[in-house]
Amino acid sequence: MRAHQPRASAKLAAPIIVTAFLLASCGGAPSSSAATPGTHYPVSIAQSDGTTVTITHQPHRIVSLSPTATEMLFAIGAGAQVTAVDDQSNYPASAPMTKLSGFQPNIEAIAGYTPDLVVGAEDTGGLVHGVQALNVPILIEPAAKTLDDSYAQIKQLGLATGHTAEADALVARMRSQVGAFVASVAKPTRKLRVYHELDNTYYSVTSATFIGQVYKLLGLDNIADAATGAAPDYPQLSAEYIVSASPDLIVLADTKCCAQNLSTVAARPGWSVIGAVKSGQVVGVDDDIASRWGPRVIDFMQAVAPHVQQLEKAA
Amino acid sequence: MQGVKVRSAPVVLRGLPSLPVLWAAAGVAALLAACVAGALMGPVHIGVGTVLRALTGGVVDPGQANILWSLRFPRVVLGVLVGGMLAIAGAAYQGVFRNPLADPYLLGAAAGANLGATLAIAFGPGTTVIGLNIVPLAAFAGAGAAVAGAYVLGQTVSGLRSNTGLILAGVAMAAFFNSVQTYVQQSQTGSIRQVYSWILGRLVTAGWDGVLLVLPYVVVSALVIFLHRRLLDAMMIGEDEVTSLGISVRRVRLIVVVAATLGTAAVVAVGGTIAFVGIIIPHTIRLLVGRSYTVVVPLSLLFGAAFLVLADTAARTILAPAELPIGVITAFVGAPFFIAVMRSTRAASL
Repeated sequence: MRAHQPRASAKLAAPIIVTAFLLASCGGAPSSSAATPGTHYPVSIAQSDGTTVTITHQPHRIVSLSPTATEMLFAIGAGAQVTAVDDQSNYPASAPMTKLSGFQPNIEAIAGYTPDLVVGAEDTGGLVHGVQALNVPILIEPAAKTLDDSYAQIKQLGLATGHTAEADALVARMRSQVGAFVASVAKPTRKLRVYHELDNTYYSVTSATFIGQVYKLLGLDNIADAATGAAPDYPQLSAEYIVSASPDLIVLADTKCCAQNLSTVAARPGWSVIGAVKSGQVVGVDDDIASRWGPRVIDFMQAVAPHVQQLEKAA
Repeated sequence: MQGVKVRSAPVVLRGLPSLPVLWAAAGVAALLAACVAGALMGPVHIGVGTVLRALTGGVVDPGQANILWSLRFPRVVLGVLVGGMLAIAGAAYQGVFRNPLADPYLLGAAAGANLGATLAIAFGPGTTVIGLNIVPLAAFAGAGAAVAGAYVLGQTVSGLRSNTGLILAGVAMAAFFNSVQTYVQQSQTGSIRQVYSWILGRLVTAGWDGVLLVLPYVVVSALVIFLHRRLLDAMMIGEDEVTSLGISVRRVRLIVVVAATLGTAAVVAVGGTIAFVGIIIPHTIRLLVGRSYTVVVPLSLLFGAAFLVLADTAARTILAPAELPIGVITAFVGAPFFIAVMRSTRAASL
């Protein structure tokens, strides 16, 4: 309940200023102050590469090239200011999806939407340089490594779009929901092991990733963490290893891309002996939800947490 | 040449070197050693005794038996088939086209396979139809289409009188298929992950079903190439040599190319595109043992198989329990080794 309060108060005019100041001080994003109501433009936003982006007025023609940023923008009430989103931004349904690509950005096509703010997830194909050449501010909100990264990005987008109060409220709500999920799973004596599958060639995630952090919060041991040293954060695991590690829970983030489910997993050579397969604790999640670090991380936890509870009861 | 002698092919081909016993033994030993290493090594430690008991039908812990029989052994066998096939196909292409750079993917087999797989993944009605995984079949069809296209194109251009026409047609087909594949991939980014994992190979996930899928093609293909080894020697001397035997150069070329491509397509459908094996293995054997195809063909099969089994063993152990793409290993180890062989044999062979 408490989590909803900031959002309700955001509808009043006066507290916005207060909230904006609070956000500016706790979010660490420096904001220059002009004595106008609402968000004070220009705002300066620190980027992860050390540069600072200045936004001179509230943007009304935002182009988002990042599905996660799109979800964040709509969740903080900036959806009406979004003019175009990339071809992967399939949520929410009201997002103005276009053929723009975030992987292979076409500066001319982006310019065609006459944006006053561009948001992307990574600087590929000279994106930042090209957009800056158009004299348009561009924010890069890269893949989060932790929930705190994700919260910071939501607040940053709130500041950039003039929705600081909603952003703050969203973060508060997410924090309390995450807290509730974490509290809902007991801390068992025997650690439960999870295997998170990105595709059907056994690419997975370690605890150094956003999703890995979520598993950690739920008190799970991630079998991919054995891949250390030179191995990447998204290692491709050996089938032998997965089978011998016999995870208690398998989370399939390849239900859409690769049509995987309990029966396809059980049919893989040697996999039928895995604990999770024998007990049926193979959870299919929406690929998109499991690969975005936005507000729907709550949906992801909602899908996974009940299985953790079941496993704990069984143990 | 008199008509009587035309029929007795071996007369002309006699005097060509036969397979040195010592090298043949070395090849068999290398393959066996590689298979032993492949069976013993993996991300999950299983003792020598256990592996031996598993192989001889003894009593083994069911968990370990499952890992060995469901995962490790089929992967070793698949490595043998894929490596042997790629090396022998490379040797065959180099012989038929008399081009040292010819490899199993020359006529667009890999490009065609990748396009077929990409189309199936991007537009297919799910990956399985009536319980059949359509992706390898689509890859197979794509490889066949690319090579057939190259062949027809090469024939209309030069009547297959010259190698160059066919090779250029193959290069053109490969470039065309690659461009279509890249376009589909970029316009269907939703399936991009699956396409990439396809192209990078799937030895990681294969089991006995993969072995059964490629086995018939590899056996037939290798047998056909093996039976043509002496004709490949004759072609090396000159096409007139073959013609003088009353044998059509065009037919030999067609049969060998079809066989090599069939085997390559099957291997790509299961193992992905693994570069370099088809080039370095046959050439290393030429440099170390001899140029005759009676030597190159069987030894390529043995050493190619051994090389790929070892490379795959390294792929699953170096970063264990993470996998390393096998193409990284074949090129990283293969290229310097090949250069060393080239340098040390320069005076003798080139």
